[in-house]
Amino acid sequence: MITFPILSLLVFLPLAGVLFLLFVRGDADTVARNARNTALLTSLFTFGLSIYMYMGFDGSSAELQFVEKLPWLPGLNINYKLGVDGISVFFVLLSTFLTPICILASWESIQHRVKEYMISFLLLETMMLGMFCSIDLMLFYIFFEGVLIPMFVIIGVWGGKRRVYSAFKFFLYTLLGSVLMLLAILYLYNTYGTTDIPELSNLAIPANVQKWLWLAFLASFAVKVPMWPVHTWLPDAHVEAPTAGSVILAGVLLKMGGYGFLRLSLPVFPDASVYYAPWIFGFSVIAVIYTSLVALAQEDMKKLIAYSSVAHMGFVTIGIFAMNQNGLDGAMFQMLSHGVVSAALFLCVGVIYDRLHTREIARYGGLIKNMPKYATIFMVFMLASVGLPGTSGFIGEFLVLVGAYQVSTTVTAFAATGVVLGAAYMLYLYKRVVFGELVKSDVKAMKDVDGREVAIFLPMIGLVFWMGIYPSSFTAPMAPALAKVIERVAPARQALLEAKAPAAAEKKAEEAAKTAEEQSAVTTEAEATPVEPEPAKEPEKTEEAPKHKKGKKKK
Amino acid sequence: MIPFIAPDLMPAFPEISLAILALMLLMFGVSRKSDPFHAVSNLSIFALLAVGVMICRYCGESVTTFNGMFISDSFGGFMKMLVIAGSAVSILMAAKYAERQRIMRFEYPVLILFATLGMLLMISANDLMSLYMGLEMQSLPLYVLAAIQRDSIKSTEGGLKYFVLGALSSGMLLYGASLLYGYTGVTNFDKMATVLAASAPLSLGVIVGMVMLICGLAFKISAVPFHMWTPDVYEGAPTSVTAFFAIAPKIAALALLTRVFMGPFGSMVAEWQQIVVVLAIASMVLGSVAAIGQTNIKRLLAYSSIGNMGYALVGLASASAEGVKAVMISSAIYMVMTIGTFAIVLMMKQRERMLEDISDLSGLGQRQPMLALAMTVMMFSMAGIPPLAGFFGKLFVFQAAVAQGLYWLAVIGVLASVIAAYYYLRIIKVMYFEEAGDEGLDPATDVRLNVLAGVSTVALLLFIAMPGPLLASADAAAKSIAIFKPK
Repeated sequence: MITFPILSLLVFLPLAGVLFLLFVRGDADTVARNARNTALLTSLFTFGLSIYMYMGFDGSSAELQFVEKLPWLPGLNINYKLGVDGISVFFVLLSTFLTPICILASWESIQHRVKEYMISFLLLETMMLGMFCSIDLMLFYIFFEGVLIPMFVIIGVWGGKRRVYSAFKFFLYTLLGSVLMLLAILYLYNTYGTTDIPELSNLAIPANVQKWLWLAFLASFAVKVPMWPVHTWLPDAHVEAPTAGSVILAGVLLKMGGYGFLRLSLPVFPDASVYYAPWIFGFSVIAVIYTSLVALAQEDMKKLIAYSSVAHMGFVTIGIFAMNQNGLDGAMFQMLSHGVVSAALFLCVGVIYDRLHTREIARYGGLIKNMPKYATIFMVFMLASVGLPGTSGFIGEFLVLVGAYQVSTTVTAFAATGVVLGAAYMLYLYKRVVFGELVKSDVKAMKDVDGREVAIFLPMIGLVFWMGIYPSSFTAPMAPALAKVIERVAPARQALLEAKAPAAAEKKAEEAAKTAEEQSAVTTEAEATPVEPEPAKEPEKTEEAPKHKKGKKKK
Repeated sequence: MIPFIAPDLMPAFPEISLAILALMLLMFGVSRKSDPFHAVSNLSIFALLAVGVMICRYCGESVTTFNGMFISDSFGGFMKMLVIAGSAVSILMAAKYAERQRIMRFEYPVLILFATLGMLLMISANDLMSLYMGLEMQSLPLYVLAAIQRDSIKSTEGGLKYFVLGALSSGMLLYGASLLYGYTGVTNFDKMATVLAASAPLSLGVIVGMVMLICGLAFKISAVPFHMWTPDVYEGAPTSVTAFFAIAPKIAALALLTRVFMGPFGSMVAEWQQIVVVLAIASMVLGSVAAIGQTNIKRLLAYSSIGNMGYALVGLASASAEGVKAVMISSAIYMVMTIGTFAIVLMMKQRERMLEDISDLSGLGQRQPMLALAMTVMMFSMAGIPPLAGFFGKLFVFQAAVAQGLYWLAVIGVLASVIAAYYYLRIIKVMYFEEAGDEGLDPATDVRLNVLAGVSTVALLLFIAMPGPLLASADAAAKSIAIFKPK
């Protein structure tokens, strides 16, 4: 049993590295070397600590673990509260896993302002970890937006030619989404007097209020995911960001949107989530098909992978809003898998970009002849992205499609075409870059991957196969937490199903009447209060229902 | 015959002391043959610190004196401390700059002291008479300060503009005050509150008087549409004077506005709330949109302060204890950000020549990383990005607005803050994303300015870890101000 506040330590450990780096002095070379070493050591140590934390994590429980709570804003019921459950623990691990990889990947490609670069990355790690560990909404928001500062600097300072435009677009797009969420948070706080996420997840918020608040949260998460049509910042940001910036952007930052849906939108606003689910399906399907087609036409490698990210995240949103065990499992799995695979693909692009300094697909060709090791590594991740059985990508997409099939065959049919298109653009990319004749002299002169690069890729390859071959070591610990989310949205879904097909659901409704009605009453009741002839009954019911739910969870 | 009763001087002791100290310093300066600028500057800072200590001691409970014209309470104490700190820091910042710009006259710190005295009286005003007296007392030294660089056309132009428009606003305020007196028969705030609360329906004269009064005060905080003078005066006045303008008078006028709204007009929330909402929206939107095209950093900061006053007005518009608390917290944070930013602007010079263009900052990130870092923290904080303190200033303001159901105001406010983020980011872009030119800024050597910039940066960074003291004192102070329920 871990007795010290491990999550705080985890979150603020990178910040200690930042403080140390601020005081590094000396000539440029010494500073750069020290900065690299400090950043790597700090991030590795953080990774080690997160593994230690995971070993103490109880995967069979749906409850939040390692909870820490300190009073923060006096006079307001807003606290410093951290904790992890089966959903967030994997994102914590993903963040701590990718940060040292990013630092290693920029070992040689970043040569100027190394200290500032490393400071930005460690700061970013603190913000990401803080966001995934927060279980207070205000704290969550602060970390959620705090991520913008280091990322803006990373794109803007070490990016490509149009870096200023991209950095601004990234920053303002995301900020615009988040400020609306801030107002929704303030509304929740003013109405319900708390920003504690578990408490908010047990509230019965009137359905019409939910719809507005849900949209405010959507503005924030949809930009982060990113969902079509607010995805346009992503290709720009990816193309201009340095390799490691793209890695962290694709690997972790995009997951913040999906995590937000899972952690906040579904449990806090179950009725609104059910109500808007068809819209999400629509936008996701468009995202999957449209961005896949766009990816097919790209001339720039990073842009292609960026568009493929949008398509893959489309699967994630489909899975989340399918709102059943398979769908949520699949969405989570797809996020983790995409976190590793797309990160690795950006690293693959980075490897050849470091050598030839161009991302134009047509400039390459025939790499298999002079870079066989590279071709193999690239192939593994390319196939994982396509979703080949045995790799992590397959499990995620498959589970999402299974989950979606239980809800809507049409959505599944359209989404499945995305899998085919995904194979098309990735294989086409691979063909153009790796196969073909090796004619260009500068391409001929490129050296194969070195030890440092192999060291970066090996753990990622291992992870891709581990996730692909033995997925239950990942799905099992997240299942209880996801089941809790499903249980929370179940009454709302039930109500919708009954409203849609009254005849077919008649029998089910009779059976579930006792349990389901009581639960759904909580949420629909408040909306219907003006019509309610006996207002005296209402407070009793609202009080009863959460108790009833709590009892159920313990089973 | 009316017996003469000596008023209780104790509640006004800090103000009386400041008046005496300022007069003594004036005499000291006149009596010397060579201009004792530095000596008077340092002594003025000490005088302000002494007055600050006195205010700390005397602002505990609410007491009135001078027949109820003067009130001393913890709300006033809080705002006075901010004003005193702002004034002291402005004098501190001016030392080297005044030397360089040849405005080393001992009248400079003395004028700041008199202006500060006027602001303290404004904050403590509990009567239309003392309100007007305090307001004029702070305005007149400010007009002179704006034009203190006599041989500069811009400075004198700015001073004149400020004077003419300021006189106009004083006239409006006076007209409003006389209407209020005419229709209520009293000038004392407490009595006026009782009279207004009892009179239903309100007569047109009272409403016109109130509107006039608000217009006059809105001019002082440069709320749109009474902001026209701000960019010109900010640009024209010597930078150290601009820093003073941006900090102390704004806070004092906000405090006065708060007291007037919560006190005598406390029962007419429905009447004034709509005006404040319009002022707030106009200030926030114009403050963010008009700043985009600016190339001069002082003009940009002028628009930024207009925008910031807009956010403070959002807190005021919510007409609640929470709103007052939000106004206090956001003014405190605004003051720290402004001090830090102006400390850096005052260090922008090339070969001993002051620069004011945003583009002059290019490459600062490489040449002077610590200075650039401080400026970055300021700008992110002004943009309201967490985890910096500026975020909390906006957070409490919007929290108060949402609590009172002013959703649209809050939505417009946050959208304006996104637009404003653009021009703050632009400064960061210039410092970091652009390669340095041939010649950068001179190294920042002024110890005082460096310390001020450093301290404010650390304060903005660490606020998130220790928000307790500021929040708790603002909380206590907000409760001391009378808040009437709307009819």
